[in-house]
Parts: sequence; C-alpha cells; structure tokens
Amino acid sequence: MNSEAFQSIILPWVGKVGGVMTAMRAVQTAHKHIPPDAITCAAKLFNLSIAEVRGIVSFYDDFTNAAQGDIRVRVCQAEACQAVGSRELSRHAEQAMGLSFGETSADGQFSLEKVFCLGLCAAAPAMLINDVPHSRFDADRFDALLDKAIAK
Amino acid sequence: MKIYIPLDSIAVALGADDVAAEFAAVAPAMQIVRTGSRGMSWLEPLVEVERNGVRYGFGPIAVRDVVSLMAKNFMESDEHDLALGSMDSITWLKRQQRLIFARCGITDPLSLVDYKAHNGLAGLRKALAVAPDNIVDEVTTSGLRGRGGAGFPAGIKWKTVADQTAPQKYIVCNADEGDSGTFADRMILEGDPFLLIEGMIIAGLATGATQGFVYLRSEYPIAANIFSEALKIAYANNLLGDTILGSDKSFTIELFIGAGAYICGEESSLLNSLEGKRGEVRAKPPIPAIAGLFDQPTLVHNTISLCSVPVILAKGAPYYRDFGMGKSMGTMPFQIAGNVKHGGLVECAFGVTLRTLVEDFGGGTRSCRPLRAVQVGGPLGAYLPASMLDLPMDYETLAARGAGVGHGGVVVFDDTVNLAEQARYAFEFCAHESCGKCTPCRIGAVRGAETMEKIIAGEDVADNIDLVRDLCYTMEDGSLCAMGGMTPIPVRSALEHFAKDFGV
Ligand SMILES: Cc1cc2nc3c(=O)[nH]c(=O)nc-3n(C[C@H](O)[C@H](O)[C@H](O)COP(=O)(O)O)c2cc1C
Ligand code: SF4
Ligand code: FES
Repeated sequence: MNSEAFQSIILPWVGKVGGVMTAMRAVQTAHKHIPPDAITCAAKLFNLSIAEVRGIVSFYDDFTNAAQGDIRVRVCQAEACQAVGSRELSRHAEQAMGLSFGETSADGQFSLEKVFCLGLCAAAPAMLINDVPHSRFDADRFDALLDKAIAK
Repeated sequence: MKIYIPLDSIAVALGADDVAAEFAAVAPAMQIVRTGSRGMSWLEPLVEVERNGVRYGFGPIAVRDVVSLMAKNFMESDEHDLALGSMDSITWLKRQQRLIFARCGITDPLSLVDYKAHNGLAGLRKALAVAPDNIVDEVTTSGLRGRGGAGFPAGIKWKTVADQTAPQKYIVCNADEGDSGTFADRMILEGDPFLLIEGMIIAGLATGATQGFVYLRSEYPIAANIFSEALKIAYANNLLGDTILGSDKSFTIELFIGAGAYICGEESSLLNSLEGKRGEVRAKPPIPAIAGLFDQPTLVHNTISLCSVPVILAKGAPYYRDFGMGKSMGTMPFQIAGNVKHGGLVECAFGVTLRTLVEDFGGGTRSCRPLRAVQVGGPLGAYLPASMLDLPMDYETLAARGAGVGHGGVVVFDDTVNLAEQARYAFEFCAHESCGKCTPCRIGAVRGAETMEKIIAGEDVADNIDLVRDLCYTMEDGSLCAMGGMTPIPVRSALEHFAKDFGV
C-alpha cells in the first residue's frame, strides 16, 4: 500500500487539535499497526518531517510497528493486580497462548500485551480482550474467556 | 417493570452485559435502565428494583440467577438469597459522605432529565447568575485542592488563569488516571458524565475560557463511549455551545483519547500530547495557567477536582469546607483496591484513617491472610506497614510521613508480598514510562531496576542498597518532574519499613 492510500484515513484529522495522534489511532485501528507509508502520508498532510511523525508514533505504546492480532489480550501488570497474583497469571497467559508479552501469533490471530492499570483494581486481576473488560479471574477462567473469544 | 443494571466497567468485567441480555431474553417486557456503579465491586453485577420510591438491591448476580430471581418475584419481594435489602440501609454506603458521587449508581448517566431531577445543574445556574470573580472566590473559600496528586489549592490556579488576558484560554480535564489502584475518574465519567461537563463549564465561566478538552486514557473504552454520548446530548440541549442554558455564554468540550503513556498524566506532557506531539514533559516556568495549551492560559485539573465544583457552587463554600480536617477540606473519593474483600469507591471527608478504609470498608484481605502493606497514592506513593494504619488520610499528615494522598488510591497487599520486588517494579515502571527528557530519570530508573535485581539475588547486598539510596537522592533532586522525582518514594518506603525483604 502506498502513501496515498492512507489519505482518506488521515485527512479528516488535519487541522484538528492533536490531529496527528487521532489520525495515528485511526490508522492503528484500521491496520492493526502503523505502516511506514502511513507515517510518510501523515508527514505530508500535517506538514511535518517524517522524523517528527516517527517520533510521535514511537513515543506511545498504543502505536505499534508490528501488526497486532485479531484478538488482543491485554493483561494488567500494575500493583493492585500484582497484589492478587497477576505475576503468576501473566505466566499462565504466556503458556496458554504460546506467546511472550509483546508478541503476535504467526497466523495473526492473537497478540498478548502488557497494560498498566485498567481501572478495575477493586476487582483485580484485570484484562481486556479487545475492548471488553474482564476482572477477578483465575487461570481456568482465563482459558474459558479466551476460548469464548476464539469461538466468536 | 423497571430494573437497574450498571454499565460501569467493573460491572461489565464481572458480567453485567450478559446479565442484562439474559433479562431481556427471559422478560422482554422489562425495562432495563443502565446506571453507573454504586462502587461496591464485590456485589457487581448489582441489580436494583424500585418499590414505592425505594431502591432494593440484589447481588452479585450471575446469568444463572436471573431465572430464580424471576421465580422468587424479586420485583416485589426480598425472598431471594442474593437480596441485599433497601440500598439506603447498606452500611457501606450509609457511612460515606457522597457529594461528588451522590448520583453515581442511581441515575441513568445519559439522561439529562434524571440529572436535573437529582440536583444537577444547580451549581451552573448559580454560576451563571454571579460575576466570574465571585465564582473564583467561592472555589478559593471552599479550600478545594487538586485531586490529581499534587494537592495544589484550586482557587490560586483559577485566579491566575482568570487574571490573564489572552485571545484564547482553555480548560483541560486530566482524565489520564494512570495510577494503579485508582478508578474514580472512570466511575464518574461512566456513571455521571454531566457532572464533569457542568464543572468544566463553571470553570470556563470563572476564568474566561471558552474551550475545554478532556484528555482520557485509551485504557477506558467504556468511559470514552459514554462520555462522547453525553457530549452529544449536552450540545443538543444547549448545555454546551453558544447559548449555555439560554444565556449568552459559550463553552465547548472535546474528548481526546490518549495513547497508552502514563507520563501523559503529568500536565505539561499531557498538553504536548493534546497538541499532537510526543508526550515529553515541559520545563517550568512557565506554568500552564500562564502558558499552557498552544501557549495560552490553561486551567488543567483532574476530573475529580472539576467534579467537586458544582456542589461547591450549589451548596456554598462553607458547606463544602466543613467536611475534612486541617488544610484538607471537603470530601475525597478514596479507592480501595488490590488484595481486599470489599474493594470499591468510598467517598468521605478527609481525616478518615487508613484502618477505617482498609478494615471497616475493605473488610481486610481477600486472601484472609494477614495484611502486610498498603500502597497509598499510586505507583509513586509510599508502601506503609500495617502498624501505620491509624494514620488519618489528609495531605499534611501523610506528607509528614514521606507519603501522599495522591489521587486517593489505596492498594492492599497480604503477607505474601515481597517489598524488594515491589521496589524493583517501581524502578521498572519508571524506566518504562519515563519520557526520556532528563538523565536522572531515564538512566536512573534502568540502573535502579538492575541494582534491585542484584539485591534480590543476594549480591553485595549492603553495598548495592547504598547504591540504591544514592540513586534515590540523585533522582529526587535531579529529575525534571515527579515521575523521576517521586519514584524514590515507593523504593525508600519499602526499604525503610520492610528491610528484611531486601536481605538486611
Ligand atoms: C508522572 C505523573 C503522572 C500524573 N498523572 C496524573 C493523572 O493521571 N491524573 C491527574 O489528574 N494528574 C496527574 N498528575 C498530576 C498533574 O501533573 C497535575 O498536577 C494535575 O493534573 C493538576 O490537576 P489538579 O490540580 O486538579 O490535581 C501526574 C503527575 C505526574 C508527575
Ligand atoms: S523525570 Fe522522567 S518523566 Fe519527568 S521529565 Fe525527566 S525523564 Fe521525563
Ligand atoms: S492495577 Fe490492574 S486494573 Fe488497576
């Protein structure tokens, strides 16, 4: 895909407050990562250097170079979840999915990601499967929720 | 027939959407109102019914309970095992002083009619009727301090922004809420979004700002949906726009979603991010109140600070300041989290002790093991031992102990916690989230994590602890912002109160 192909996604955000960020979010949502051509396109449309746009993209965890999976599992690593065993659960998640944190499966179906607090800390541990929150789960429930997400 | 089921993230995370779908399937005639949460996480999903104007609760409800609730005629009777009785009789709620969260869990968050019927907009109407100076005076007299962490007096900031002459001033709501153990911003955005809108408009009237932005973290997708719906409703009903409630005053609000950087909760980093840049921290001065968003005077406030304003205007500053103790006036939504039985949101006057929060409200550890530590005020907050639970929660008392209220989060740990590991995590978190602008934080956090690793492995423990202490001084004194500057707080408090875990 060349730089022009991203125009329709990026153009609506030109001139908006924080437009580069919102445009990159739109690209990330549509393509599950930020392709280099999207950076080139944004640089042109926002009248920035490619380095500047690359700098913005690299600063934020939400923008990724490699494609995220169709099913994104984001497990909370922060303190309130640690207090109820998220470290062990995170190891379980890695085993169950056959992935380390930050990886996407070869078939593009899954990615496993770290997240730092989901605001579900009163019912920790917590995770998001795509945008759906789940909390107070154990290893068995993790497996069941993952199966359910696959079946969908 | 009408029932109430929360749409709050915690309720959804525990199955509220499935329960609502089951009710819709089993009893299609039933009207289901989705509300915010009452803040009692262990009872979610909590289903409520109304009988003669009184709300009765049932919880926690799973999908399989729906049929038995219907069979036991839960609309009329409390015969079901999961009946909680009238919501007004629940001690956990009765013991709180809910000024900010007064409506949360009761009303439909997207009904402006509900909002008005429950005292909504009273503060804004008051503000529209007086001069801007009077609004600033009211906020100053209330003693309100910033709820985002630093506890800076709101009135001073409001006056500074009001005193500037500039082509454009801004109100920016900081809803980045990155601290572990905190969720008050999320709950109010999901459960009572018009409250924030009202608070921001009042701030605009007082300071002469006509544009507002809400910077919301991307980890809160449900809050984002509800708040953007609320904005649409507010514009459609002349609450936002050019003729606020029929007056000649104008104010606009836009929702902006962050991109997964904790440091963007720091106000100057947030402003850079909102301008579409890397979230690097800016050197101060100038302060945002003088040169903030696009170099214009900007009032940056935490969500809860802004949500405290409507009640201050509606009921008067003296009413508000009579809650609390010393220089910590008003109420604070404390958030009890981690290894605790009854986690949730407890709004009460400052001065409540940690013990009351953790034991009386929290019910002790969820694991039923002895409590060993609480971390107060997020990832940059202190780890305190069980022996310090009688401390009252107020800004000055905690500051004198090297701790802080922060955004009001209290995370409970049982005796399986290893505080050396928590200290290592504090450095790791700082290394992960550092904006990279200054060396003590960017390099210090990495070295700190490495040195903690050695201590945990038992390598030259005494020397390495000296090194960590030394590093803490460097980070505290040399960092540009509180990310690097306060990372020493969890580390030192862990060392001070839990030295045994470090092998000394
Ligand atoms: C590393 C760091 C993270 C912060 N995160 C937040 C945050 O998530 N929410 C917030 O309101 N304030 C946060 N703050 C504090 C803000 O810089 C600022 O003081 C606050 O938004 C001002 O609003 P207030 O006066 O209402 O507290 C953070 C500060 C630092 C140094
Ligand atoms: S202390 Fe850390 S986060 Fe703050 S300015 Fe320095 S590098 Fe950035
Ligand atoms: S710490 Fe995990 S949800 Fe907040």
